[in-house]
Amino acid sequence: MAVTTQTEPAPTEPPRTEPAKGTRIRGNRRRGVALHVSLLFGVLLSAFPFYWAVIMSTHTSTEIFSYPPKLLPGSHFGDNLNKLFDSIDFFGSMFNSLLVAVSVTFLVLFFDSLAAFVFAKFSFPGRRVLFAMMMAIFMVPAQLAAIPQFVIMAKLGWIGSMTSLIVPAAANAFGIFWMRQYMKSAIHDELLDASKIDGASFLRQYWHVALPVVRPGLAFLGIFTFMGQWNDYAWPLIALTDPGNVTLQVALSQLNGVHGTTDYGMVMTGAVLALIPLLIVFAIGAKQIIADLGKGAIR
Amino acid sequence: MATAPLVERPPAPVAEPPAYRPKKGVLSYWRLYAAISPFYLLFLAFGLIPVGFSLYLSFHRWDGLGSMEYAGLSQYRYLLTDTDFWSSIGNTLIIWALATFPMIFLAMITAVMLNSAVRFKNVYRFAYFLPNVTSVVAVAIIFGSVFSTNFGLVNALLQAVGLDQIAWLNTPWGIKVAIATLMTWQWTGYNAIIFLAGLQTIPGELYEAARMDGAGPVQTFFRITLPLMRPVLLFVLVISTVTGLQSFSEPQVLLQSTANESTFSGGPDHAGRTMVLYFFQQTFDNNDFGYGAAVAWGIFLVVVIFSIINWRLVQRRGED
Repeated sequence: MAVTTQTEPAPTEPPRTEPAKGTRIRGNRRRGVALHVSLLFGVLLSAFPFYWAVIMSTHTSTEIFSYPPKLLPGSHFGDNLNKLFDSIDFFGSMFNSLLVAVSVTFLVLFFDSLAAFVFAKFSFPGRRVLFAMMMAIFMVPAQLAAIPQFVIMAKLGWIGSMTSLIVPAAANAFGIFWMRQYMKSAIHDELLDASKIDGASFLRQYWHVALPVVRPGLAFLGIFTFMGQWNDYAWPLIALTDPGNVTLQVALSQLNGVHGTTDYGMVMTGAVLALIPLLIVFAIGAKQIIADLGKGAIR
Repeated sequence: MATAPLVERPPAPVAEPPAYRPKKGVLSYWRLYAAISPFYLLFLAFGLIPVGFSLYLSFHRWDGLGSMEYAGLSQYRYLLTDTDFWSSIGNTLIIWALATFPMIFLAMITAVMLNSAVRFKNVYRFAYFLPNVTSVVAVAIIFGSVFSTNFGLVNALLQAVGLDQIAWLNTPWGIKVAIATLMTWQWTGYNAIIFLAGLQTIPGELYEAARMDGAGPVQTFFRITLPLMRPVLLFVLVISTVTGLQSFSEPQVLLQSTANESTFSGGPDHAGRTMVLYFFQQTFDNNDFGYGAAVAWGIFLVVVIFSIINWRLVQRRGED
């Protein structure tokens, strides 16, 4: 806590941007070194579990069980991989996860931005009530609806199929709210008026005027949605009743479930592989995510 | 619009959507209603009707297959005396507290440090955010091994410094600590980045003035940083309450391999059985859909009450 240095964003800059070049650092060089050592220690804590998972994925269970713990890579990654592919339909469940995450992401981007465009830029009867209703929905916890959702899905015959994961997630209140805030400030009314005078229809305005302007907002929402869907666990666990046809997260948890005989080398291999697509998506969108994350809190 | 500005001007603050409002009937807005309809249709089918139905269900006995039987308030009456439910509330609150307070403390320190660091800021932010990106399932599996009795890293460390090993996942307190550690690890960086966003909105002149008045770093933190961060702190606290009180995946996956009864049992002595885990157990293990619905409403009430308490506490502190 005893950190004395303070950065000062230049007054003309918006708060989100990095501090100006002339940022004053009070305190001496030693203090700066201590700061970076502490920060690096935090990074180490953040990253270590990943490192250890990778290490474990290269050892047999017997090696893992030995003392002292293995901290360097072993030579059994290939064996673990083979055992993993024998135990679960890894690529099948990965395909399911990708199918769900990609479909939901595109549906959410389309439906949410379309609705957000309407709420941000148009006036119509019932606008306030409908918007307030949407915000209230935000607060309802998921498990309240879980049982009836399961029943409805069963009646529709969707239980066990990826449809039961994709359809209910295809539009959400958070995305509409987020995109509406974004569109309010990003899309100038002059632009809309001009396009209207040029005879652009509502859909043309949405597609050709609104969407190109809000691409950064869409990127944030898209990556966030993808990650959320990829990591979702509770609902797929309930809705996918056929153990042979599940998403990756559920398949992974099946591996972990065998009492007493868990093959940790194999399980870790699965856990590590399941993280790769996520890390790729995050690496692509990290800048956007990290920059926009705080906005909800400081608005 | 008559005089064209020479330089591109910033967008005027728009309070209300202006544009055109043709004086026509409701039907003339059909395009707009159609555009927002997908959300409301989905909400109707998978939100409103289910929530209404779960209320109805909570007054009935139902195994999910046979016919429903009206039960009146009996399930709620049972809920009030259900020691398993109360112990699951206790577990949830303890785990929440064990995770949230260290998390907020560490996140605040990290944010202040990040705010002071000029170089590598983006690299740090990337690294700190990484734990939050990863799936709870993978992380819980990894933490299961970190806290494993036989070969876990934590026990290896204890052994190295000459202490006794602890069967983390087999003792009531060990379970809670393990789950809370996992949550803290996963959310500290996320909250640090939110705090950092808040820190960056505090005007530099305030620190300048404090320095002129001879305030030390600690004084500055408590007199300037903390009070001005109150809204952000409130946001983080409320979000962590809502998510923390509904924790499910962490204990479910972490304790699956040690579970002695079902996948929703929450480990030995049910010490890691959170409210939502209990809900799942009643509903999908015992096939008691009616009572499960009553439990869900009980959870909802606990979350609401707790959120309000949090809200008040944080707001109070700022008033004096």
